[in-house]
Amino acid sequence: MNGVKSKQRRRRDAILTAVAILVIGVLLYLANIYMDNYQLRILNLCGIYIILSLSMILINGFVGLFSLGHAGFMAIGAYTVALLCTPPMAKQMNYYLEPIVPWLAEIEWPFLPATLLGGVLAAIMGLLIGAPVLRLKDDYLAIATLGFAEIIRIVFTNTQSITNGSLGLKGLPEMEITLPVINFTLNLSACIWITAILTVLFMVRLVNGSYGMAFKAIREDEIAAEAMGINVFKHKLLAFVIASFFAGIGGGLLGNIMGTVDPLMFRFLLTYNIVLIVVFGGIGSLTGGVLAAIVITAAMELLRFLDSSFHMGPIDVPGIPGLRMVAFSLLLMFIIIFKPRGIMGVREFSWQWLIELPRSMKNGSFGRKKLRKDVSK
Amino acid sequence: MTEMDFQTFMQQVVNAVSLGSLYALLAIGYTMVYGILRLINFAHGDIFMLGAYFAFYAIAAFTMPWFISFPIAIILTILVGVLLERSAYRPLRNSPRIAIMISAIGASYLIENLGIMIFGGRPKAFPAIDFFDRMMPIGPIRIAGVSVTIIVATFVVLLILFYIINKTKTGMAMRAVSKDYEAARLMGIDVNTIITITFGIGSGLAAVGGILWGMKYPQLIPLMGLMPGLKCFIAAVIGGIGDVRGAVIGGFILGFGEIMLVAFFPDLSGYRDAFAFIVLIFVLLVKPSGIMGKAAIEKV
Repeated sequence: MNGVKSKQRRRRDAILTAVAILVIGVLLYLANIYMDNYQLRILNLCGIYIILSLSMILINGFVGLFSLGHAGFMAIGAYTVALLCTPPMAKQMNYYLEPIVPWLAEIEWPFLPATLLGGVLAAIMGLLIGAPVLRLKDDYLAIATLGFAEIIRIVFTNTQSITNGSLGLKGLPEMEITLPVINFTLNLSACIWITAILTVLFMVRLVNGSYGMAFKAIREDEIAAEAMGINVFKHKLLAFVIASFFAGIGGGLLGNIMGTVDPLMFRFLLTYNIVLIVVFGGIGSLTGGVLAAIVITAAMELLRFLDSSFHMGPIDVPGIPGLRMVAFSLLLMFIIIFKPRGIMGVREFSWQWLIELPRSMKNGSFGRKKLRKDVSK
Repeated sequence: MTEMDFQTFMQQVVNAVSLGSLYALLAIGYTMVYGILRLINFAHGDIFMLGAYFAFYAIAAFTMPWFISFPIAIILTILVGVLLERSAYRPLRNSPRIAIMISAIGASYLIENLGIMIFGGRPKAFPAIDFFDRMMPIGPIRIAGVSVTIIVATFVVLLILFYIINKTKTGMAMRAVSKDYEAARLMGIDVNTIITITFGIGSGLAAVGGILWGMKYPQLIPLMGLMPGLKCFIAAVIGGIGDVRGAVIGGFILGFGEIMLVAFFPDLSGYRDAFAFIVLIFVLLVKPSGIMGKAAIEKV
């Protein structure tokens, strides 16, 4: 149905998308003015998790390869940014156990090239890892990618003179990107959300384009896809490299808002978190991924009250440290067991659906039928 | 390479055998569950952690002697393992494999977080038990009693396990379900019971492993099962997943490899945890079916 979509409608959608982005931009600008630091931090985390969850959905949802290597690629991105952008003074203070290698000591890059380089290095690593590993399937692939991610982390723990080992890097300056021509400076939130929006746009284009068709074909039936002339291995590798690239970018941004980077951040648990978001959104839906990234990140923070004591009327409820994460993992289990397709399944948001929503609500179908039809195209 | 005398070398060998035994105990649980359900039971490492903690509380909080504490800990761990299968895996038995694998990841996450909440995030010291905690002179060399205990206990447990698998009707049913799930059911085997028993045995072995681990490395933390869990799944893959003998062999390969890496190349000791993953990737690329496994044929 994609091809039949009239030119008019496509133009309307493009305009609506542009307007939506503008509205989001204004909202974020207002948020930047009126929100306190803590709220802004949550907002920034939402943006980062959007990037990360879309990157995982691409490989796990659309190509159907269960990869658990995200933490490793994120570590590459985060360390690249941290090593290139931390001022030489701060570096000297970090490396008290063993001096930093000379070629890194004096280096100080601007953030934009450093973050991009982080993504590119992660993508190169994705290529090197993917080429041998993507011949495996299902759980073997999962455990192999997980293994590579752990190897990356262990290497970073041991290369003391480059990454400062388990001590990690502290004192990263906050990200700022100054646009060259108009001399306008973007702060951290702006950088994160612009990246997030670009990621969403890129993924939507990718998934709806011919590559996306091939990815879905591979997911549905690999052998049939191969018989139809799709180069399965090439497409798998392509998706894996793209996913690695965005994981690297996301990792670079995450390191930046944390202010420190150390190997323990990039344990398997970090990948768990992203898996949780992706499952909640429904593996195979970009819309679901975006919604879930926002909902889960916000919920994680809102549930913080569980860890500290609070008053419920006259009763003093003592806080149980750790209850938050338990509640959180219980939520994950409930979703998997009772709603395994997540909140969106494979349905996607479309402008057409939104426009027809009032009419379909009157019919009582809430646009579900339409949505499903859209997917089958 | 460093020079070392015979004494040190033999101690390293004993260390390697005892670490290999621990890995083998844990790897069997992975391989048995995988053999039947085609599922990586990500929570298995956390079951192992629970075994160690249960034993710790039985001894330290309830001041019971070890020969009562250990069986209680093992029974409790088995109950958790069976409960886990009932609640997290059984409802998804007919779902796509990815769904059940995510459920396993979720279960692992849940147990770890419960552990942090209930046991606390701070490390706990496993109490030393005098009975096991002495040096044993064997010929000219002296060996830590704990290592000998681990080796002997593993040997006994493995004998019992192989007896159950090879000589009893239940064992035969387990092998049948593992070979062909559907056909076994058609032959009148109660598949659900067999799966429950499999999880019970696997969790029991994990509990034994956890307790022995606690005696050898007496620092308990709620995330202690994560790394051994991953490594032992790797051991199961190396040996050929689904094959119990293979899991034992894989466990010993990993144990020996790790200890010898640290013994002969002390500079590389930081890469100790990477060893298992490197071996895994090598095995997956060269012979994905493992040492004892048979290559699967892809049906269209």
